[in-house]
Amino acid sequence: MTDVTPETTSYLAPAEVEDVELYHPKSFVTKYIWSQDAKVIAIQYAVTAIAIGLVALVLSWMMRLQLGFPDTFSFISPEAYLQLITMHGMIMVIYLLTALFLGGFGNYLIPLMVGARDMVFPYVNMLSYWVYLLAVLVLVASFFVPGGSTGAGWTLYPPQAILAGTPGQSYGIILMLASLALFIIGFTMGGLNYVVTVLQARTRGMTLMRMPLTVWGIFVATILALLAFPALFVGAVMMMFDRLLGTSFFMPQIVEFGESLKYGGGSPILFQHLFWFFGHPEVYIVALPGFGIVSDLLSVHARKNIFGYRMMVWAIVVIGGLSFVVWAHHMYVSGMNPYFGFFFATSTLIIAVPTAIKVYNWVLTLWRGNIHLTLPMLFAIAFIITFVNGGITGLFLGNVVVDVPLSDTMFVVAHFHMVMGVAPILVIFGAIYHWYPLMSGRMLNQAMGHFHFWVTFIGAYLIYFPMHYLGFIGVPRRYYAIGETEFIPLSAATLNEFITVAALIVGLAQVVFIFNLVWSLFKGEKSVKNPWRATSLEWQTPQMPPAHGNWGKELPVVYRWAYDYSVPGAAEDFLPQNLAPDQVAIAKGHEASGVRAAAT
Amino acid sequence: MSIFHQLLAKPWVTAQARIDDFHVGGTFFLSPAKLGLRVFLAVVTVLFTLLIFAYGMRMELEVWRPTPQVSLLWLNTVLLVLSSSAMQWALFSARRHEIDGVWIGLLAGGFFAIAFLGGQIMAWRQLDSLVGFNITNPAIGFFFLITALHGLHLLGGLVALGRATTKVWRGFDVAPVRLSVELCTTYWHYLLLVWLVLFGLLFSGNDSLGILLSICGLR
Ligand code: HEM
Ligand SMILES: [Cu+2]
Repeated sequence: MTDVTPETTSYLAPAEVEDVELYHPKSFVTKYIWSQDAKVIAIQYAVTAIAIGLVALVLSWMMRLQLGFPDTFSFISPEAYLQLITMHGMIMVIYLLTALFLGGFGNYLIPLMVGARDMVFPYVNMLSYWVYLLAVLVLVASFFVPGGSTGAGWTLYPPQAILAGTPGQSYGIILMLASLALFIIGFTMGGLNYVVTVLQARTRGMTLMRMPLTVWGIFVATILALLAFPALFVGAVMMMFDRLLGTSFFMPQIVEFGESLKYGGGSPILFQHLFWFFGHPEVYIVALPGFGIVSDLLSVHARKNIFGYRMMVWAIVVIGGLSFVVWAHHMYVSGMNPYFGFFFATSTLIIAVPTAIKVYNWVLTLWRGNIHLTLPMLFAIAFIITFVNGGITGLFLGNVVVDVPLSDTMFVVAHFHMVMGVAPILVIFGAIYHWYPLMSGRMLNQAMGHFHFWVTFIGAYLIYFPMHYLGFIGVPRRYYAIGETEFIPLSAATLNEFITVAALIVGLAQVVFIFNLVWSLFKGEKSVKNPWRATSLEWQTPQMPPAHGNWGKELPVVYRWAYDYSVPGAAEDFLPQNLAPDQVAIAKGHEASGVRAAAT
Repeated sequence: MSIFHQLLAKPWVTAQARIDDFHVGGTFFLSPAKLGLRVFLAVVTVLFTLLIFAYGMRMELEVWRPTPQVSLLWLNTVLLVLSSSAMQWALFSARRHEIDGVWIGLLAGGFFAIAFLGGQIMAWRQLDSLVGFNITNPAIGFFFLITALHGLHLLGGLVALGRATTKVWRGFDVAPVRLSVELCTTYWHYLLLVWLVLFGLLFSGNDSLGILLSICGLR
């Protein structure tokens, strides 16, 4: 937008932006409950997501107890097991990860990082949270209705999802579909905010290519979500029609106990297409914000600019685009034209290219960096390792011939937990350790943090590595108990016990983490301003934690990209984005060159 | 500079930094509300496109029984065109600072929109009472689903329209109302366009989608 002849300037007045009408909270209620401040909304999102995520964690313990010690726990029936996996999977993917990355980090970081006072539509933003909360409550309600929650698997495949014999057929599935529809409506409200704020509300000097990669990741992920969630919405509404009104979108002619059901003429495959048209981009909806955040954590804590910034941005955009043309790799075993299989296998492999570029660039960022093994850095490195791991098994599964025998085995469970379970969760932890001081003014406790990191990191491998092996020997997924089979050796049972013990220990480490979050809020060491000495704008606010409206009288003016670390010639090893060139302190012996020049 | 141009910039180079320092912030010359509406319309487009794809896919997958025709839909289409025209009238008047015209346009737009919705409900009734009505026929299911979703979007628009109308009624000047009128009009035209596509492709009884599919060699 700014095609002006470049000329040397030292001081730029803040651009004449008309004063946004900030809404001013008057009471406690409007300040912290019906709040329109993106930072408060972010925390509301985060607390709700983490709370429901803990429920999903407990569900996973129960699943593991059943798998590790079959015939021991009488309260876990085969039906209950199916309900556990369904609720666990759905909560983790949608209500925890999506909500936390976009609603939580998105709300907190976007306005601060682009130098805005708030989101552009604060009222809609507030509604977004309350609709999300309603979606969560509807979901939780499904635990308590007669028949319990649905046990259709997180994929909710019809026809079984709404037929007798699937747990939760009476009410559970209805509430699940309603909750998903609500979630999507709520998300769309938030998503409009994130996209328009990034595009239109940046401060003076903040070009798109000066934005931190965190913003890029969240921005592109939001676009993906806005375009992918409608598919899930359509699928959920259509299934709701089938269940409640007796239409037959997805329901073929079915004979049950010799009696023909009222359905006929529908196509179950249609649902699978709709579901995975959403489902695959969903993987990247939780991965892209993770990619962005990790890039920033690495750069800050290695005191080095991110390697290949432009390539990183392009890779995010390309991955986002490609993620819409690979969905049918989840349907190899549903039967398809072999040419389609070939197409989707190829597109799946192609998406590995930009992803690999990102991994190389992360590693090259670390190369000869001044690495500080702080907690955020540890989590970021753990993320790279884990993501590569899960990515490689993904390449295997992307090939039709390999996928067919491995489909629906524990191998798949291990793969997707590595790539979209553990990896994004590690980023979230890293991000929380990194930005907690900004949000609360206090540091998280180090000792508890290290305990949390090592147990989670090593524990995750103890849980999921053996699961690959179980998958190879043919242990199926979504089975209550494998019983005695010819092809599964008895040692598989021992391995399952081991995994369960590991899972329980990892789970307990999360309890320590939650304790740390609460404890540090009151007892944590007081943080200095900008404790990590970071360049991006969120750390440069007049107050920490940032006050309502984020900035003082004037918005910050941006003079550089977000990665000016260890600039040769500068006295400090970081130059905040809003530091004017003539304010930069110059190191001894470099006076002549000046730092703008040195920064190139 | 276009977005693609911006993506080529090297933000770490001094020459680029000098240019970037003058960047005033926004990406497009549009108010946030207008951009927000466009992004929303993109989402709605995806929604209805997916429905049309699902419809076409289902036509190919198993035996297909088309819906019996409901001729009332032609009348409803006319109503929606009138509604959209009235909104356009309101917009013209707002641009010419004629508050009375805005007022009449908004009221007429709302009136015809409500009439359209009533007409759609009558179409449901008619279909319901036809011989050969069978809810398990996907074509009928799609008809209910798609018209309901389209109607809900219009209903949402009516809420916004109601708010704009109250502003005029409370005697606001044209200027502060103008943005609301612009947004509503865009939304109305958009929903009219969506309806024309849906009606033309799926519900006019001409098997247009089938013809389209065969042209594309998918049938
Ligand atoms: C301590 C952490 C976790 C443990 C111990 C765990 C364990 C499990 C187990 C045992 C299953 C069922 C396997 C089967 O019988 O098919 C499962 C399924 C699943 N998990 Fe996790 N999980 C954890 C975290 C996560 C996270 C963070 C995600 C987020 C992506 C996630 C997503 C899923 C999904 C999508 C399913 C599939 C559900 C289905 O089959 O419908 N899990 N998990
Ligand atoms: Cu996929």
